[in-house]
Amino acid sequence: MTELLDSTSPSESPIMTETTASAISAGDGPLKMTTRNVDVFYGEKQAIKDVSIDVTMDNVTAFIGPSGCGKSTFLRCLNRMNDTIPIARVTGDITLEGEDIYAPKMDVVQLRARVGMVFQKPNPFPKSIYDNIAYGPRIHGLASSKDELDNIVETSLQRAGLWGEVQDRLQDSGTALSGGQQQRLCIARAIAVDPEVILMDEPCSALDPIATAKIEELIHELRGKYAIVIVTHNMQQAARVSQRTAFFHLGTLVEYGVTSDIFTNPTEEKTRDYITGRYG
Amino acid sequence: MTGSILFMLIIVLGGIAWFFGRVKASRFSADNKKRGAVHSLPNYHGWYVALWAIGPALLFLMIWNMASPALITDAALTSPAAEQLPQDPFARGAILAEARSIASGQQVQAFNPLSQSMVEPYRTAISYYRTLGMVAALLLVFACGAFGWLKLKPELRARTKIERVTMLLLLFASLIATITTIGIFVSLIFESARFFSMVSPIDFLFGTEWNPKAVAGPRGETGFGAIPLFWGTVFIGAIIAMIVAIPLGLMSAIYLTQYAPPNFRAWMKPILEVLAGVPTVVYGYFAALTVAPALRDFAVSIGISGASSESALAAGVVMGIMIIPFVSSMADDSIAAVPSAMRDGSLAMGATKSETIKKVLIPAALPGVVGGVLLAVSRAIGETMIVVMAAGLAANMTANPFSSVTTVTTQIVKLLTGDQEFDSPKTLAAFALGLVLFIVTLLLNLIALRVVKKYREAYE
Amino acid sequence: MNSSAAFVEERNPTDWQSDAMQQRIRKRYAAERRFKALGISAIILSAGFLAFLMIVMVGNGLRGFTQTELPVEIDFPAMTGGATADQFRGANGPANLRTLGVQDIVNTSVQIQYGEEGSELFSAGGWQAVNQEILKNPQIVETKTTLYLPVESEIDVAFKGSGSETAENKVAELKDRLSTGFNWNFLTNSDATDPMQVGIWGALKGSLITMFITLLIAFPIGVLSALYLEEYAPKNRFTDLIEVSINNLAAVPSIIFGLLGLAVFLNLFGLPRSAALVGGLTLALMTMPVIVISGRNAVKAVPPSIREAALGIGASQMQVVFHHVLPLALPGILTGTIIGMARALGETAPLLMIGMRAFIATPPGGIVEPATVLPVQIFLWSDEVNRGFVEKTSAAIIVLLLFLLTMNALAIYLRNRFETRW
Repeated sequence: MTELLDSTSPSESPIMTETTASAISAGDGPLKMTTRNVDVFYGEKQAIKDVSIDVTMDNVTAFIGPSGCGKSTFLRCLNRMNDTIPIARVTGDITLEGEDIYAPKMDVVQLRARVGMVFQKPNPFPKSIYDNIAYGPRIHGLASSKDELDNIVETSLQRAGLWGEVQDRLQDSGTALSGGQQQRLCIARAIAVDPEVILMDEPCSALDPIATAKIEELIHELRGKYAIVIVTHNMQQAARVSQRTAFFHLGTLVEYGVTSDIFTNPTEEKTRDYITGRYG
Repeated sequence: MTGSILFMLIIVLGGIAWFFGRVKASRFSADNKKRGAVHSLPNYHGWYVALWAIGPALLFLMIWNMASPALITDAALTSPAAEQLPQDPFARGAILAEARSIASGQQVQAFNPLSQSMVEPYRTAISYYRTLGMVAALLLVFACGAFGWLKLKPELRARTKIERVTMLLLLFASLIATITTIGIFVSLIFESARFFSMVSPIDFLFGTEWNPKAVAGPRGETGFGAIPLFWGTVFIGAIIAMIVAIPLGLMSAIYLTQYAPPNFRAWMKPILEVLAGVPTVVYGYFAALTVAPALRDFAVSIGISGASSESALAAGVVMGIMIIPFVSSMADDSIAAVPSAMRDGSLAMGATKSETIKKVLIPAALPGVVGGVLLAVSRAIGETMIVVMAAGLAANMTANPFSSVTTVTTQIVKLLTGDQEFDSPKTLAAFALGLVLFIVTLLLNLIALRVVKKYREAYE
Repeated sequence: MNSSAAFVEERNPTDWQSDAMQQRIRKRYAAERRFKALGISAIILSAGFLAFLMIVMVGNGLRGFTQTELPVEIDFPAMTGGATADQFRGANGPANLRTLGVQDIVNTSVQIQYGEEGSELFSAGGWQAVNQEILKNPQIVETKTTLYLPVESEIDVAFKGSGSETAENKVAELKDRLSTGFNWNFLTNSDATDPMQVGIWGALKGSLITMFITLLIAFPIGVLSALYLEEYAPKNRFTDLIEVSINNLAAVPSIIFGLLGLAVFLNLFGLPRSAALVGGLTLALMTMPVIVISGRNAVKAVPPSIREAALGIGASQMQVVFHHVLPLALPGILTGTIIGMARALGETAPLLMIGMRAFIATPPGGIVEPATVLPVQIFLWSDEVNRGFVEKTSAAIIVLLLFLLTMNALAIYLRNRFETRW
């Protein structure tokens, strides 16, 4: 774990000394998204209470916590997927590159192209592999010619580490791939629209260990090119892939900091209890 | 015919507008490579212009088509020929209508010479207003199309606007069902109200003599007492048909769900469903051609008097058979909804299968079955062709299944076919009967759905 | 144990082997068998009725596709005064034929061979078959030819089964000259007063035009409302109102739609009576709820993960619906549509209300011309007194059932072929 964290040189960043669970400025790379005092309500019920987190370009940020703690709900605020739930209401400020993403003039369609998402269960469209990838560029008009589109499809699949496996059968149905391949296809699909941030909602929970390892490897490779936020219920996975970890409990952000610190020396009692397996 | 050509022309112009919009948008999309600088794809810009070109013009044409007949008549009346027209508004209207239909080519020759004289003014007025409308519509296409085209710019949220229009279209489509329901209700109420202004509702609903006449009899009786029809409808649809359909449907469902091997079930279920897919006119013909004569011969052979070749029994039995799949699929659903734990509990005590079915499954599924039967009754009493062809027209109040009775639907058909004047109580009575039928089936359905829903909730 | 024994009498163990118990069990098993037999007989009775209906219709109806014929020898060269085959070729053929006076030629030939009363043996419109034969094969006008012409209806009925006494006598007389041929007229003609000359083409064409209009209106409206209700409609009382009206419309008796068509389309809008346009509109209102209900189920079956996937890469709600949900739901929607259309195709009552029961001797040429449809034609023929119509009615029923069978088979095929388990 230590060698993994070497590259991020956490000691430079001042954030670890912060003890409150409020806004923390992350260390490395430019600031990509900020959230301040975010509350989420489902009807009368409050699902998220006063969460403030910053997402930076060069770090993989992991959200951990027991199930039902609101980590996925919060993730879905970052590209406004919660808009699809009629009773959900989000307050507070969430910005992408300084723009308020809940501002009326923000076009949610363009926002979601900039903040891509990978879901818990692989959900390829029941279309060909090629069309799965090409769909996003087509609706956003990212390719002006067939060649350009082919090019986007190829590079996206390459980045997702799937090109070698599927290059000969691009016209096969995406649903015919194995679970792990499907999930990488979904990552490739997200990459194809050239996002700035990729949100991953427990991307490995439906996969076997080998496929999981491949996805984790992929996350390493993608780091730096995209700001990545991953929700996981698997603490080892959070420790392996992320440089920043946020611990959620009952809709509140308990602790947010450098991953190695959270796992070795958490400041909050609750975090420690969770990490040592007292509940969760 | 020129109307449809104009329509085609507008659509083609819309296509051209789409093309121009797309070209312009493609050009500025190519100039603004930066992500997000152009809000929508060129395609949406094309649609935006096309909608501007077509929408207002079609809207105008719709209004124009509604308004122009009045304008045309006004124009025609200013002609010198109009001075000879009679002052009586009724005669005047008839002449004008005739002249108009000749002028527009629906009729070849006039019966009234006055109409002939009005044809020419009409023809001029029609062609004048038609040309005017066409020119205006085409101008609108060009003006609005150009306006839309000029509005195109990279920041224009064309996609959002197109989607809003599509959304309105979706909403409008889903409103058609509501409009139809309201239309049914209003037209039935409206025509029935006219009927009840001539015949008292009390006489209609509680009278026992059905013998509709256009003019009232010597003691003011009109022969619009609908009780015999109601009885006939209930006798055939709710009694005889159900005596056939409930046992057969229920037992079929029980056998298919509880006893039958899967293979048998897979074949038999669709075969039984074919019974519901046979057109009612085929059942009606079968009832009249084969079942009714057989039943009459049978009745005569066992010495029942009053046996008729059109009998309640023939219509009811055939209708019952038509309803079998309906009852059986409802029963099937309700039995399937009973938790298997209940069944297992009974079997585990050593009850036989039939004991379990009779003592546990059926009582538990009863509300669902009752709901299904109510739906089946509502379908049976609204059924028309079988009773029209096999039940007869005699409004008898009899419980003898071998005699002829008549039903609400039969009488609606009888009253409305053949020569009719629209204002006679005979014609309007059909709407009053229709209203009763509509309300009764509606209530039956609402009750049945509520019963079924309650029952489903109980096991969820 | 002791204390309870003081109050409760000890129960003797059940003697399962006792005669009484054995008899009881046998009785219960007998009841079980009876119940099971009752079930199977209910099914056999229902299916047997269907089989009986089909057998009666096919048995009566197959005869409708054939006709009884008598040979007539026509000496064209002698009777036409030397008409040449070329006259009846090409575009002028039909016009030249009209001046030829085929009807008289046929009548004369018949009288020569079958006596003064000979014409009464033949169907009144039978000479038209000669017309068609000449146009098909003009060469025959230059030769002496024997043609088979349809006999009069009563003889036809008597020859095929049993008819009136006089007809039976004539059949016995002509026995060795009567033959059976395929009744092409039945497929190409329209309604007529002579059962030997009737055909279903007019009604069939009316049905096709009516169904086309129904589909054109009901399908888009049904699909769009299904999409609206499943994908957009907010949960409020307004949406409830729409849902209630759709469910209600699906249960309204069909004749009520006829009343609506009469009151609104004919009397309010002034559309022409008996026209396929009005029939199509009326049936569309009836079919639409069926499409909406099946469409909603198909749309509901599309898994939410597909919607999320598309939304997640920035598709708008409308793009999600039209690019993903609709194509995936389409097989289900089509299945429902075909079933709804099959129901509309067999529908009679509402069309009687709007006057589609007229005697239509020429197939409709357009949507506003008077037309009738197949089920109504069946209804009209079933009312005819002439016995020759019985087999024609059943034959028309066979055609109608074939259409319905094909449509339902198509629906089942679609459902099995494209049904996806998610």
